[in-house]
Amino acid sequence: MQRRHFLIGMMGMIALAPFKALAALWNKTAFEAIRLGDAAKQLNIKDELPSEAIQIVAPDRAENGAIVQVEVFSQLANTEAIAIFVDKNPTPLIANFMFSHGALPYVVTRIKMAETSDIKVVAKVGTQYFTHRKSVVVLENGCG
Amino acid sequence: MADNMKMRAQLKGDYTEVKVLISHPMETGRRKDDFDRVVPAHFVQVLTASLNGKQVLETQWGTGISKNPYLTFRLAGAQLGDIVSVTWYDNLGATATQEIAVTQA
Repeated sequence: MQRRHFLIGMMGMIALAPFKALAALWNKTAFEAIRLGDAAKQLNIKDELPSEAIQIVAPDRAENGAIVQVEVFSQLANTEAIAIFVDKNPTPLIANFMFSHGALPYVVTRIKMAETSDIKVVAKVGTQYFTHRKSVVVLENGCG
Repeated sequence: MADNMKMRAQLKGDYTEVKVLISHPMETGRRKDDFDRVVPAHFVQVLTASLNGKQVLETQWGTGISKNPYLTFRLAGAQLGDIVSVTWYDNLGATATQEIAVTQA
């Protein structure tokens, strides 16, 4: 019932506020890429160096791949952006966060994982990229 | 549509922690319903946050963010009473904005 209410509300909003212009900013090719390397290339990520200054807090074993809580932060000075990838998801790029004006390079969010995979995080510092990985065992597929 | 977003912004020492919870189906476009029909993709693509009107965060999301998206982020330099505003836009053109004042944790 809640969902029905929600959908009706959404339809009203679509009619009232067509905001297509902003969605144009969305990096469609990166998010629809089916290989991690292709998605990363679309974000201009190259020559990324492994760094322990990027922390990933996620469960070692996730009961349900539909909701895996991930905490990511970068201790690298002047981190401008953090991208989160899951190697083995149908579309590996999960999210890209761009920080400015005092936002700290720290996020917590919940992601879907299709199967056991590494989570790869890439931090952008100026023109350089740094990366860190964490493996998560998924017991139940979350992409249904 | 303020009822589909929950927000909190708390000053915690030298940073402000903002938590956002959005009601959204986040359909990938790959899931099938009970009748074996593909459920069309419906997901939040862009979320922006501002502090007193100045943008502090722009995020782009794919279909890999869980249903009813949850996000925590941190701001340096925000003060009690400052206004944090969050806006999201989904792939079907829907959008919602919510504002909240920074409170003491």
